[in-house]
Amino acid sequence: MEKILDVQQLTVSFDTYAGEVQAVRGVSFHLNKGETLAIVGESGSGKSVTIQSVMGLLPTPPARLKQGKILFKGVDIAQYSEKQMEKLRGKEISMIFQDPMTSLNPTMKIGRQIMEGIQKHEKLSSKEARARAIEMLSMVGIPNPESNMERYPHQFSGGMRQRVMIAIALACNSQVLLADEPTTALDVTMQAQILQLMNELKQTLGTAIVLITHDMGVVAHMADRIAVMYGGCIVESGTAEEIFYDPKHPYTWGLLQSMPSLTGKSSKRLSVIPGSPPDMLMPPKGCAFAARCGYCMHICQEEAPPSFNIVDQHQAACWLLDPSAPKVERPHLQHIVMDGGVR
Amino acid sequence: MNSTSEAKSANKKFNFINKAELQHEAIVRPSLSFWKDAMNRLVKNKVAMLGLSIIVLTIVMAIVGPWLTPYSYNQTNLSNINAPVSSTHWFGTDTLGRDLWARIWMGARVSLAVGIIGAIIPSLLGMVIGGISGYFGGKTDMIIMRITDIGMCVPQLIYVILIMIYFGSGPLPIILAFALTGWMGAARNIRGLVLQLKEREFVLASRALGASSWRLIFKHLIPNTLSILIVSMTMAIPSAIFYEAYLSFIGIGIKPPMSSWGQLVNSGISVFQIYPSQLFIPAALISLIMLSFNLFGDGLRDAFDPKLRN
Amino acid sequence: MLKYILKRLIISLITIWLLATVSFFLLRSLPGNPFQTEVLLSAEVQQRMISYYGLDRPLYEQYFTYLGNLVQGDLGYSLKYVNRSVNSIIAESFPVSAELGLRALAFALPIGLALGVVAARRRGKAADYMSVLVAVIGISVPSFIMGTLLQYGFSVKLGWFPVAQWKGWEYTVLPSIAMGLGLLATLTRLMRASMLEVTTQDYIKTARAKGLNERQIVWSHQLRNAMLPIVTVLGPLVANVLMGTFVVEQIFAIPGLGMHFVQSVQSLDYTMALGLTVFFGAFLVAANFIVDLVYGVIDPRIRVAD
Repeated sequence: MEKILDVQQLTVSFDTYAGEVQAVRGVSFHLNKGETLAIVGESGSGKSVTIQSVMGLLPTPPARLKQGKILFKGVDIAQYSEKQMEKLRGKEISMIFQDPMTSLNPTMKIGRQIMEGIQKHEKLSSKEARARAIEMLSMVGIPNPESNMERYPHQFSGGMRQRVMIAIALACNSQVLLADEPTTALDVTMQAQILQLMNELKQTLGTAIVLITHDMGVVAHMADRIAVMYGGCIVESGTAEEIFYDPKHPYTWGLLQSMPSLTGKSSKRLSVIPGSPPDMLMPPKGCAFAARCGYCMHICQEEAPPSFNIVDQHQAACWLLDPSAPKVERPHLQHIVMDGGVR
Repeated sequence: MNSTSEAKSANKKFNFINKAELQHEAIVRPSLSFWKDAMNRLVKNKVAMLGLSIIVLTIVMAIVGPWLTPYSYNQTNLSNINAPVSSTHWFGTDTLGRDLWARIWMGARVSLAVGIIGAIIPSLLGMVIGGISGYFGGKTDMIIMRITDIGMCVPQLIYVILIMIYFGSGPLPIILAFALTGWMGAARNIRGLVLQLKEREFVLASRALGASSWRLIFKHLIPNTLSILIVSMTMAIPSAIFYEAYLSFIGIGIKPPMSSWGQLVNSGISVFQIYPSQLFIPAALISLIMLSFNLFGDGLRDAFDPKLRN
Repeated sequence: MLKYILKRLIISLITIWLLATVSFFLLRSLPGNPFQTEVLLSAEVQQRMISYYGLDRPLYEQYFTYLGNLVQGDLGYSLKYVNRSVNSIIAESFPVSAELGLRALAFALPIGLALGVVAARRRGKAADYMSVLVAVIGISVPSFIMGTLLQYGFSVKLGWFPVAQWKGWEYTVLPSIAMGLGLLATLTRLMRASMLEVTTQDYIKTARAKGLNERQIVWSHQLRNAMLPIVTVLGPLVANVLMGTFVVEQIFAIPGLGMHFVQSVQSLDYTMALGLTVFFGAFLVAANFIVDLVYGVIDPRIRVAD
């Protein structure tokens, strides 16, 4: 399969009053054409910073891309100037954000907000751009697209606004859509609709999606492959089946255990991962998860674990996978009901 | 033998750590309180510290300045009028031969006192009234807000002038006039803040846990509005100084032989084409002290701004 | 919309009525009588003047007479300027004050806003520090000091402009600058803060994600949103400009309203002081009203709410 996006050893820090916050520490992942990659992790794990740096949206300073390559179609866009990035953004790579309530300009008509991107990237008359915008609105399921072009964001519900955001993002047929927690701010019925819309558009337009979320349920709906992030590193990555049915990293176990299930025994308490994420101002010397891990060994506190290959593309960074480590039985994980979304 | 010991130590490395040894909630970063953090940032802000130094220096001079010269601020000497800056009269003398050094630092006492007290009293008054209005809401709120609506339609200065004429000139009437007219803006700000805070989750949570009104006010509302209040109070000082100077300048604030910076500018202006220093010295001091308070206030605001916290 | 305008009009009228009432009784409670200061008048003549102007009748009667005249737009006769109505004095001096105010606004508004935008876009760079410096100095130097300094520097020393009076274009330059500088500084600070606030909004990130460049983002997304908080304070700001006229008019000997106001209050010219207060108040109420309407045009969210 062809890699459309290939991020290698990405390291991003923020220079703050208190010191250097190492938000992302050597993250590598790739995205194949037309697939959905989910990056999962709790708040502060560095997932948002990772994709915002792919988009070149982080304010510099305080953010600083310390090292790493971001290969888009084989070209390192980390080296691009702001001008070059402008040509890429919204045309080749698009992004939607967490809160549709604040992501649209409150004083500009919806139509104009969609047309803006189209007119920037494609040589279209304003009439043609308008036609394209109307087409996009109906594609994302906004009724009466023509009259809704003339309305302002506050006249739409949250779900509708997220649809408009998707219309803006896909107006120029981007090949990559970066979605930063696109459904977190929506209520549950809206979440399902938006996820379904994204799946449909992926199918019809062939857009590859990087989906950032902390919701394993959303991941089950959407992802072809999954990367689990913790403390600025990817701790485990693999196909959706591998991560859900054969996870190797204790953090992934914790994530899956802390997910409520309809089919699981109701008497069972929802398990939690004790403790809180590490302070990235002083990241731990060894494994970032060591302090919260139920299987922590001496070595975990001393050395950061390398990435162990399990099969093919399934990798996990955990000392338990070292041949010298004691064998550990994985705790019982409830069965995730994966619907049609996951193959 | 060597390899076995290595294997042994390697195995030891792979031993599990006793759970009890693990500290889940170890706090790595030294925790800074909000105020300590703000103070740290304020101290690092050179411009704000420069402003503060000038303020402190001016206050010290206002206290000791008049004693440094043998001349008194109201002692006239018609044989030595309009004297230039010299080693006996450090800032010269005015049209009645009064020593300007003494008058200026005497004036500083009045201007600073009026400025600082005249800023703090209306701010506190506004804080109490606005807090009551926002916290209790309903009819109380409506009545207070209508009063401020109407009060704020008229420039404060019109009322200040009327009140000044009613009570006569002098520092106390000025402060009184400020207190009567200046609380409205502060009350509106505080009311807005309290209304916002009341809807915030931590206040709702506290209320849901059965916290009393007193607890809500003292543990949540006041601490969360205090920084904004301090900043607005600091910013109110230069405008109070300005108003005092303005009133004295148009002749209804402080009148001679009493001295204030505005009054000195007023006297200086009549002779400034011939003796410019009589105007420039007080004018420069008013501008400098207002500048310092503004710079310091800006620094305070930046220091308290939660968005700048890391 | 019509209902809203009507409601606002009624509130405005009530405001003006309250202002007139409060000022009336406040002025009347001032000690002394308007004719006392004139040394030449004997007690008997003073008494005759007082009864001539009806000042010896019960206060409530005078109040209702005043209100009755006010409703008809008649502000009464000045007690000091013999045989001149307050209306005619306002008609003569207001255009002068208004022209001065407008010139100050025309000078301060565009420059202030532009400096604010430049400062926000170049945050932390030399241009930012320059703008902030101009702003903080403009705020810290009172208009009456600025006025005298300008007068001293450009008229007395350099002779570029006339020292005082109001007889032509060259007479207007210094007073306009003296009045406008503080406003300019305030606008610069507000606009800078507002622009910086808008910069952190999510929709700016969306605009960047669309591939718009810096210039496009500033013009089509930031400016309009940054203007919103500015428009709300424009009313009080205009008020400050008007108040500024008091002293600037005095310094430059400009025959505007401000001079009359201070003089009339000091000399207890009741009708004059009251008339000017009501006039200023009505003017401000109208200014705030217009500002609110403009706000509705700029912010679509407000439009629907009404």
